[in-house]
Amino acid sequence: MSVAAPASGPSAPLSAGRARRRRRAPAGSLAVGVSTLWLSLIVLIPLAAVVTRAFDAGLGEVWDSVTSRQAVSALRFTLIVSLFVAALNAAFGTLVAWVLVRDRFRGKSLVNALIDLPFALPTIVAGLTLLALYGPSSPVGVNVAFTKVAVAMALLFVTLPFVIRSVQPVLIELDREMEEAAASLGASNATIFRRIIFPNLMPAILSGAALAFSRAVGEFGSIVLLSGNIPFDTQVASVYAFKQIESDNVNGAAAVSVVLLALSLVVLLGIRSVERWGARDDQH
Amino acid sequence: MSVDKLRKLTPVLLVVATAFAVGACGGAEDTKDAAAGSSGGDGGKTLSLVAFSTPQVVYDEVIPEFEKTPEGEGVGFKTSYGGSGDQSRAVEAGLKADIVHLSLEPDVTRLVDAGLVSGNWQSEAKDGVIADSVVAFAVRAGNPKNIQDWDDLLKPGVEVVTPNPFSSGGAKWNLLAGYGAKGDLGKKPEAGLDYLRSLMTEHVKVQDKSAREALQTFLGGQGDVLLAYENEAITAQKKGEEIDYVVPSSSLLIETPIAVTNDAAPEAKAFLQYLLSEPAQTKFAEWGYRPVDKQVYEANKSRFKQPADGIFTMAELGGWEKLNTELFDPEDGSVAAIEEEAGVSTAS
Amino acid sequence: MTSTSRASRLTLRLIALAYLAVLLVVPVGVVFYRTFEHGVIAVYDSITTPAAISAFFLTLEVTLIAVPLNAIFGVLAAIALVRGRFPGKRLFDALIDLPFAVSPIVVGLALLLIYGRGGWLGDWLLDNGIQVVFSTPGIVLATIFITLPFVAREVAPVLREIGDEQEQAAATLGASAWQTFRRVTLPAIRWGLIYGVVLSTARAIGEFGAVSVVSGKIGGETETLTLLVEKRFQNFDLAGAYAASALLAVIAFVTLAGMTLVNKREEDTT
Repeated sequence: MSVAAPASGPSAPLSAGRARRRRRAPAGSLAVGVSTLWLSLIVLIPLAAVVTRAFDAGLGEVWDSVTSRQAVSALRFTLIVSLFVAALNAAFGTLVAWVLVRDRFRGKSLVNALIDLPFALPTIVAGLTLLALYGPSSPVGVNVAFTKVAVAMALLFVTLPFVIRSVQPVLIELDREMEEAAASLGASNATIFRRIIFPNLMPAILSGAALAFSRAVGEFGSIVLLSGNIPFDTQVASVYAFKQIESDNVNGAAAVSVVLLALSLVVLLGIRSVERWGARDDQH
Repeated sequence: MSVDKLRKLTPVLLVVATAFAVGACGGAEDTKDAAAGSSGGDGGKTLSLVAFSTPQVVYDEVIPEFEKTPEGEGVGFKTSYGGSGDQSRAVEAGLKADIVHLSLEPDVTRLVDAGLVSGNWQSEAKDGVIADSVVAFAVRAGNPKNIQDWDDLLKPGVEVVTPNPFSSGGAKWNLLAGYGAKGDLGKKPEAGLDYLRSLMTEHVKVQDKSAREALQTFLGGQGDVLLAYENEAITAQKKGEEIDYVVPSSSLLIETPIAVTNDAAPEAKAFLQYLLSEPAQTKFAEWGYRPVDKQVYEANKSRFKQPADGIFTMAELGGWEKLNTELFDPEDGSVAAIEEEAGVSTAS
Repeated sequence: MTSTSRASRLTLRLIALAYLAVLLVVPVGVVFYRTFEHGVIAVYDSITTPAAISAFFLTLEVTLIAVPLNAIFGVLAAIALVRGRFPGKRLFDALIDLPFAVSPIVVGLALLLIYGRGGWLGDWLLDNGIQVVFSTPGIVLATIFITLPFVAREVAPVLREIGDEQEQAAATLGASAWQTFRRVTLPAIRWGLIYGVVLSTARAIGEFGAVSVVSGKIGGETETLTLLVEKRFQNFDLAGAYAASALLAVIAFVTLAGMTLVNKREEDTT
């Protein structure tokens, strides 16, 4: 790394604040302006069209669309499964990140390189493969197809990289001195992990988990082949929205989508706040 | 990577990008022995065909033949295949189309309502249909459970696979066939609905998003019988999949609508007429469709199994508009209600 | 930990690898196995059909447009988030993550509601002969949408970490904002930037749902590699579908190999 001095330290905040005020004018405004414009053009305006469409038929219809029994069931299922998937990936993802950073074994680089594949494979292939492996004609004798387990598995697959890739950089940067000091003072490994390492990883884990949750909420392609699309049982909200579109109930689809969006936004806002709070803690 | 390296990369990237921009106009053939490119007629017209997925195998053979005829000389083709509902909505949203071939009438009605297809589109071909099929049961090779008719689907322990009619419009044909067969061709709607209710709440465990996915599910080992179009079963067999199929005693005629759009080039009508000609109809027959041309049908009769009590049509059942609303309205339709029940009984 | 017992280290490693094996390694292995089941020649034939070549170049073209644009946005957004102070910053922060949460069909729907017939801009565009949806621009827009957050999310933590002291120093020495950015900031965030670019690329080439809605699936023109995979699946050409997927995986691997190198260098120089 070419940059040496760390940002924290008693003198830094004061001078940084002064410098920030000095430099903010040209570069900062440009950055804010252009990025906001881009975000609006690409994301916000199209999404506004969806929100508008959702409310086109009036607030009453939106309420009806979202509170129909199937919609509620689909939303609830989506929420529960996404939370479960985010939690599982948070736990195992941290573990995997730990092993990838702190451990040493042959083939580690290859394993590390594989982590991002769930992003690159088209979701229908992921669905096909998971179906072949863990479905009725499974070579391993495991048949979870068309069950809630199947949906969870598919979602675990597509959200795999998030927590791992969030935690890895932080783990790499972690200052070993504190751990070594604690160890020399006689602390057990478990204590070291619980009191020193884990609090530092928390914001990264939460951030990754939030992204995993969001992606799970929105994911569509890979789960359909495996879930069998049984209303009330394994139908996730995004598939429900798709059915509404197919039945020419675009307003209904838009309504459910708006609810999903709002949901994710709330979760994301919450997680980012916790992350910021955790980062602020660092400077003490 | 320093900024200088980035600067050196930029011209390379630009060159690469340009090359790609040019190279993107490759071709559309997806076979090794790519014959004449199917896009870009030299100086002539280009016809845009937007169709549902299944007839692609037929069009891949028919279009080159058409281009050899005097009407088809110099005509290029752009083709797009996908789910019938998706394609219909795409055309409604602005996808250019000269000819649309979809899997159920409401998908064409949507375009009529949007002002893209004229109200009397059916007068072009034989009532707007160039090839038929019937609802059939796909079973495992050898038909081990000896499933022959609608009642066999309700035998204890029999698992049925069918696509979800609310995400796959084409799946509506399957359920309408059962409804008609067990409901005295629409005269006893309650009996028909009772049948569907038993079927869906007790025997249908999986409803995939589309027919192709349902077939994949079935091939993957799920279920004992798959409700499918006869031509899809025949095409699957031709492609080497190990399934058998039976036609129940009474089945529904699947009439997939085809229409020429309002702003279509005149060659579109010529193409439609060609599709009704003997060579094209024979190609349809080879892939499992029942040709509308009587002579070609007679010549190929041996390919098709005849249901004992005959084939009925949507017109006899009451027509698409009536039944689509009665049964398949997502809020108030009878099948929607049955789906809700089905969901409740299988939810843990 | 300074001295972990061998047993616990092995246990952790085993659990991690088992998790990855079940969820990742084995499925990917199956894809490649199914691809090469019928021999290498068949695979070569499968990925050199005119349709496959068109799809390949279209996918690359779309990625080469979408990813650099989002890289620029990502850097600017990261600067705005970390160095800037403006009202609504927290909201802006959360909004950047939205593309992660939006279902692909909604992306497609949103784009159609704007650029399709009857949409906010659609009729005007169609009247003036500009084809956005059902043409390459539509695919590009959808791809930009879904890959928007990656670079920003990778660069922001790095920016936060390195602090702005060196930038302050440069300003004190008289460097302009642009010079400071080019010579101080950019080199410092290069790893985050590259990392974000690699992730964006992988995501862009693998996108199916949103592109499926806005592309029109016109063979040879608006068919990306993922759409080709679906079409082949539809036509019972499972081997061909797997071959095209393997091609996508290879593209991802190449990008990933670059990233692994980046990671390695990052670890070595820390």
